[in-house]
Amino acid sequence: MTKEKNAPKGLLISPIENGTVIDHITAGEALNVLRIIGITGTTQESISVATNVESGKIGFKDIVKIKNRELRKDEVDKIALIAPRASINIIRNYKVWDKKGVEIPSEVIGIVRCPNPGCISNTNEPIHSCFLVQPKGLRCVYCDWLISKDITSHII
Amino acid sequence: MRHIISIRDLDRAEIDGMLDHAQALQERRYDSEALKGRLLGLLFFEPSTRTRMSFASAIARLGGDSISMDSVEASSMVKGETLADTIRVVSGYVDAIVLRHPKEGAARLASEFAQVPVINAGDGAGQHPSQTLLDLYTIRQSMPLDGVTVGLLGDLRYGRTAHSLAHALSLYRATLHTISPKGLELPSGLASELRDTGTDVIEHDDVQEVVKDLDVLYVTRIQRERFPDSASYFKVASSYRVTPELLTGVRDHLIVLHPLPRVNEIDPRVDHLPYARYFEQSANGIPVRMAMLLRVMT
Repeated sequence: MTKEKNAPKGLLISPIENGTVIDHITAGEALNVLRIIGITGTTQESISVATNVESGKIGFKDIVKIKNRELRKDEVDKIALIAPRASINIIRNYKVWDKKGVEIPSEVIGIVRCPNPGCISNTNEPIHSCFLVQPKGLRCVYCDWLISKDITSHII
Repeated sequence: MRHIISIRDLDRAEIDGMLDHAQALQERRYDSEALKGRLLGLLFFEPSTRTRMSFASAIARLGGDSISMDSVEASSMVKGETLADTIRVVSGYVDAIVLRHPKEGAARLASEFAQVPVINAGDGAGQHPSQTLLDLYTIRQSMPLDGVTVGLLGDLRYGRTAHSLAHALSLYRATLHTISPKGLELPSGLASELRDTGTDVIEHDDVQEVVKDLDVLYVTRIQRERFPDSASYFKVASSYRVTPELLTGVRDHLIVLHPLPRVNEIDPRVDHLPYARYFEQSANGIPVRMAMLLRVMT
């Protein structure tokens, strides 16, 4: 991709004073990342999203900036399922106050729907879906179903 | 509190321990009042004859008693009550629950809400650990489980007994030969999981290819509802039928097992051959289920 010589300079998305920047998200997964951490169109946060941004580290990446909200570790670890190389920057007063990677949790509760139509977790019982994270994928604790690919399409 | 939900929850030492215990019980080495005054709740949301009766028999032989729902139609389920609530309520009536339910994972859910131990007696196409334990027990009566060569014949896609047994046998370095109609093969995920444990899983189209190499032939029912019409069902079912002719020249120590009920999978003439063990297998449900009850209720 060549850049035009006289193109006006500018920032793709502006810096935030306080909040969280999730960087190095797998390209195309930014909106799913927002879904997983529970940020939808009805929430109050001010969000900036950039997708398919060139990255020296992973080729192309997505970036999400969330103003005035610092994500907790248990919240961000959930996104490791679809963005294992993401980095989380907590911003205070325009500076990176804390930076960390994401760790895949040992179990995933209430995020992924079991694809097995016969599974008790797909009924009106008062439970959340629950999957164990295993080397080959996610295993439903109720029916043993293994989701080994395309986890994104099963996100609730 | 101990539950028995899935054979996956048990390691080899625990399984061997329960099989040893079942053997002692079968040799009548037990206290017939071990569970005196204890009450077992039989919650069967699906039809069952042998599993339900054998649990009732098992607790009675240990001095305990059992109560059960009359039928699903008469239960609060038809009023829309969740299983979670049913389990919480019944937990207050009994000292342990045996549950059969059409939904996979129902027993796991029950164990999360119960105040008493739960034994899974079959959850949809999922697990049925008491059947697996009695299958292993029956094989062990005839030969060591280590390194046994087992043919799994029939509907291996939906048949829960075959899945649980295959998993359990992988703990004993068994060799598994699978023989099933097209479309009813062992799920590929399960086959690869078994292979990951070092178990040889070899697929066949025709039982004749492999029957002479087997120590155990485990036959499961091919359900008519899996086929679009009766003609295609009968065509497939007849090609998977175990007959005396098929068993000509097999190993002397071969045993033929079936979780029952059988329909047409095994020719009744096979009943009279020394290989047939499915009725002993069914009777073994009593000591095995006694061992399970003692494990969770004492």
